[in-house]
Amino acid sequence: MSDGNLFANFIIVGERTNVTGSAKFRKLIEADDYAGALVVARQQVENGANVLDVNVDAAMIDGPAAMTRFLNLIASEPDIAKIPLMIDSSKWEVIEAGLKCAQGKSVVNSISLKEGEEAFLHHAKRVRRYGAAAVVMAFDEKGQADTAKRKIEICTRAYNLLTEHGFPPEDIIFDPNIFAVATGIEEHADYAKDFFEATAYIRSELKGAHVSGGVSNVSFSFRGNEPVREAMHAVFLYHAIRAGMDMGIVNAGTLALYDDVAPDLRERVEDVILNRREDATERLLDVAEAAKAGGKKKDTERDLAWREQPVRARLAHALVHGITEFIIEDTEIARLEAERPLHVIEGPLMDGMGVVGDLFGAGKMFLPQVVKSARVMKQAVAYLLPYMEAEKQATGMASKSNGKIVMATVKGDVHDIGKNIVGVVLQCNGYEIDDLGVMVPADRILERAKEIGADAIGLSGLITPSLDEMVFVASEMQRLGMSLPLLIGGATTSRTHTAVKIAPAYKGPTIYVTDASRAVPVVQKLMGAERETLVAETKADQLAARQSYLAGQDKRPRLPIALARKRAPKLEYKPVKPSFLGVRAFDNFPLEELVPYIDWTPFFASWELIGRFPAILQDDIVGEPARALYKDAQAMLDQLVAEKWVKASGVIGFWPANADGDDIVLYQDETRAAELARLHTLRQQMDKGEAKGNFALSDFIAPKGAPDYVGGFAVTAGIGEEEVAIRFKRANDDYSAIMAQALCDRLAEAFAECMHAKVRRELWGYAAEETLRL
Amino acid sequence: MTREDRIKALNAELAARILTLDGSMGAYLQGFGLTANDFHGTRFAEHPSSLKGNNDLLVLTRPDVIAKVHGAYLDAGVDIISTNTFSATKISQGEYALEEVVYEVNVEAARIAREACDASEAKDGRPRAVAGAIGPTTKLLSMSPEVGDPGRRDSDFESMAKGYEEQILGLIEGGADILLIETITDTLNAKSALWAAWEAFDKTGVELPLWISGTITDRSGRTLSGQTVEAFYNSVRHANPWAVGLNCALGPADMRAFLADLSRVAECAVSAYPNAGLPNAMGGYDETPHSMEAHYAEWARAGLLNITGGCCGTTPEHMAHMRHAVEGVPPRAIPARDTRLKLAGLEPFTAAA
Repeated sequence: MSDGNLFANFIIVGERTNVTGSAKFRKLIEADDYAGALVVARQQVENGANVLDVNVDAAMIDGPAAMTRFLNLIASEPDIAKIPLMIDSSKWEVIEAGLKCAQGKSVVNSISLKEGEEAFLHHAKRVRRYGAAAVVMAFDEKGQADTAKRKIEICTRAYNLLTEHGFPPEDIIFDPNIFAVATGIEEHADYAKDFFEATAYIRSELKGAHVSGGVSNVSFSFRGNEPVREAMHAVFLYHAIRAGMDMGIVNAGTLALYDDVAPDLRERVEDVILNRREDATERLLDVAEAAKAGGKKKDTERDLAWREQPVRARLAHALVHGITEFIIEDTEIARLEAERPLHVIEGPLMDGMGVVGDLFGAGKMFLPQVVKSARVMKQAVAYLLPYMEAEKQATGMASKSNGKIVMATVKGDVHDIGKNIVGVVLQCNGYEIDDLGVMVPADRILERAKEIGADAIGLSGLITPSLDEMVFVASEMQRLGMSLPLLIGGATTSRTHTAVKIAPAYKGPTIYVTDASRAVPVVQKLMGAERETLVAETKADQLAARQSYLAGQDKRPRLPIALARKRAPKLEYKPVKPSFLGVRAFDNFPLEELVPYIDWTPFFASWELIGRFPAILQDDIVGEPARALYKDAQAMLDQLVAEKWVKASGVIGFWPANADGDDIVLYQDETRAAELARLHTLRQQMDKGEAKGNFALSDFIAPKGAPDYVGGFAVTAGIGEEEVAIRFKRANDDYSAIMAQALCDRLAEAFAECMHAKVRRELWGYAAEETLRL
Repeated sequence: MTREDRIKALNAELAARILTLDGSMGAYLQGFGLTANDFHGTRFAEHPSSLKGNNDLLVLTRPDVIAKVHGAYLDAGVDIISTNTFSATKISQGEYALEEVVYEVNVEAARIAREACDASEAKDGRPRAVAGAIGPTTKLLSMSPEVGDPGRRDSDFESMAKGYEEQILGLIEGGADILLIETITDTLNAKSALWAAWEAFDKTGVELPLWISGTITDRSGRTLSGQTVEAFYNSVRHANPWAVGLNCALGPADMRAFLADLSRVAECAVSAYPNAGLPNAMGGYDETPHSMEAHYAEWARAGLLNITGGCCGTTPEHMAHMRHAVEGVPPRAIPARDTRLKLAGLEPFTAAA
């Protein structure tokens, strides 16, 4: 077995979040620095831990409380919480506290026969009911097993007891005790060998069970000499894994490979581990100091390449990845660069949240990640608030509020992320926000609004029953004779619903707000001179929306299909024969020919910048980001085309065809004898009156008897797109990844336009003379 | 038929064909045009807060309406109906200050459902089972209610389990045949419900099959609390579930990929009961009985299903079409138990062997 695959099936349990093994982690927990403790956990995951060991056993720490707090915090960090936990404590109540916070399937470390069979089985039953696997220590009423014989005896007894009581064998992980060797005490010399022997027995005889252990114990006598300790761990693991050990609590960042240990050191370490000679310990001590001096600490630094980017990109990265570590530092830099502190929020921070919104919308982020992003946003804003306050003081605007708004997530709904963001953004713009939280009944919202003399009420909701609750709040406002503006927002709300259901229930202004970025201009207008205009415009829009909604509620009768077919239009046919029949491929089509065909309007829409190109570039509201985006897009497009990042290919075909009722029949060849395929088309069935005709697509092909044709093409500009996106993502550049995909999407559409033009002018040639503009 | 006989008979049916569950209670109740008076009845006429919308309370105030809904689904031919107890826990009823009637609601709900099933069983002898519906409650054990305070929790495992235990004891007493822990948005809530079920089994000596149904909330393929489908499965696998499945949030088109994931890993029966599409701009549902039938038929033929039903927006008509779609299609073959160590955080982890 080579080192390369030695670790292939080995489960790495990250040990640095263990106060008994890491003084640094212990100090962080003792000092209540849980943010720092989370950094340690994240490093273990980034360094490749498959499972995260958490142990808070220390004299000065309240175990159950610390375990609960740390695991609850981990649950809010998706990049840590993605891996399973090992809940590690010598105290049962700490383990149980941990199990009550873990939604996944964890491993308990540990249970044992130390207090006898009854306690052991009681704990095992509870572990099972909490849905965890268990590390079982080779420990019984008489003490910890040191010899191979004792280890085997205790593990066998535990295995039989557990499996007889329905504990699945694969959920049993034995820890046959790794003890320190090279301690100078003769009885300790065989400790590692005993471990290997017991491990081999367990893995072959106790079917399904696993073997784990705390590897760093073995080198305890070389405390302070990391190079020798790492060499000992490497050699120990090499033999232990070959004996069948398949899980180990190790420092995921410094796992050395057997082959990487210098041969002389390795031989001496191996003598100690395998107890091959009497003077093994002395011989290792002889080289230990030299090894320490020559040893070089392995690089366990995290990938901080993103820190090299400009501050705008760094803020976006921190928001997308939910990293709070550098947010204050970066916000400060952005503040110094900006004209006003508010510009940092409206610029880079809101842009970053825009990317988060896009990724979430595309299913590429999930809720806990978005919550983290919101948290980063909040910290940045909190940092900027005093500066904005100071600015107000300086300009004499102190304590002057632009208006008071009561906000709430309505009764029955607990979702508040969007509402919180809107609240923060409005606060940043000088509005006083009275946030009543979630699950707020109508009467409380309205009472508070009256009490503080609010200038507007903002309602939010994410689930569909909230829509009805909002209608209820609106009707209550009407009943109580209120007239202040009502703002509606949240994931399930819509312009249509607001217009059709909520606005009619309330005579005051009822305004739908798409997202946080739209909240400020709407509120500004409402509180300013433009109020009447906005209210009048909104009412007109809502009237139109209601009418179109009612029109869309199509209650018109449908015709029976036979009658609809009778009303098929009678058209004249002047078929043109295509330049060729059959299929032709366009492989590796020149990308530069596609560029002029790009329609940029949908490109901006995909970034949620709404407006027609090129007018959008001069738009009052989105003009600036649109120009920045367009510039980035052009730069990448040039490079993408020049360096051929992706390949565009298409295929086109023309076939003899005739209509057959609602179907279109394609023929093998011009003899029109053998059918190649039949395309079924649908006929309109609404009652349009006899004169207008009920169309089907087949009406546009001449019926049998006249030689007509159909054509079709398929194009792609996405061959290689995935790889490009992955490359950017690996570089933690989600912005460029999305940009590349958005551009390829445009190129594919452009290819379709280009091909259509070719069809019209040459390939089919039914409009050979046209000179339509793009 | 005793409960034990019925479960035995149901298991025989489960091995032979795709079983069917009822559809939405809410969508159907809307048709009755219930007013606040119906929810309050005479018993809660003086209740200090409004009870309108507290559907679970109708088993006490309008039992006739609930019995009608059950009857309509049974007439549509389903094998299993779920009790009207989605929010019948202390935590959820606390929002209405109705903690003290929780036990009674569960007993009555199970009894009404059982009566409806008995009537159908009496007609043709085919077993009809009552699934005691256990919802996610209004609180999450794995997520903070406060963006700025990620370590905070609104409730804890123990209080949640206590609440569930009361509900489950009521369901057992009222005659439920199966416990259906459903619409799971946070797996830790579900794990506390499982814990409560075992506590209740210990106390009553009655042990019911456990059916666990998670909710994938959006296209990210995760539960609200962030788990993938396989991680979710690994986290509830210790219950030796009678069935695991997915329901709510998504329509059939969006649910399919995640159902396929679950079907690939689950070592027990697999269920799916989607919404009638995603809510439209007006909060309604667009999938018709016909359009859903095509999805059910495709799922069945692809071998993804052992049990199927409907969630938000589905009606007895949807279920009649669903039943037609899966009739005669062989059920998904249940794979042998995987003996590898399977763990999970938000993502699954499976040991080599």
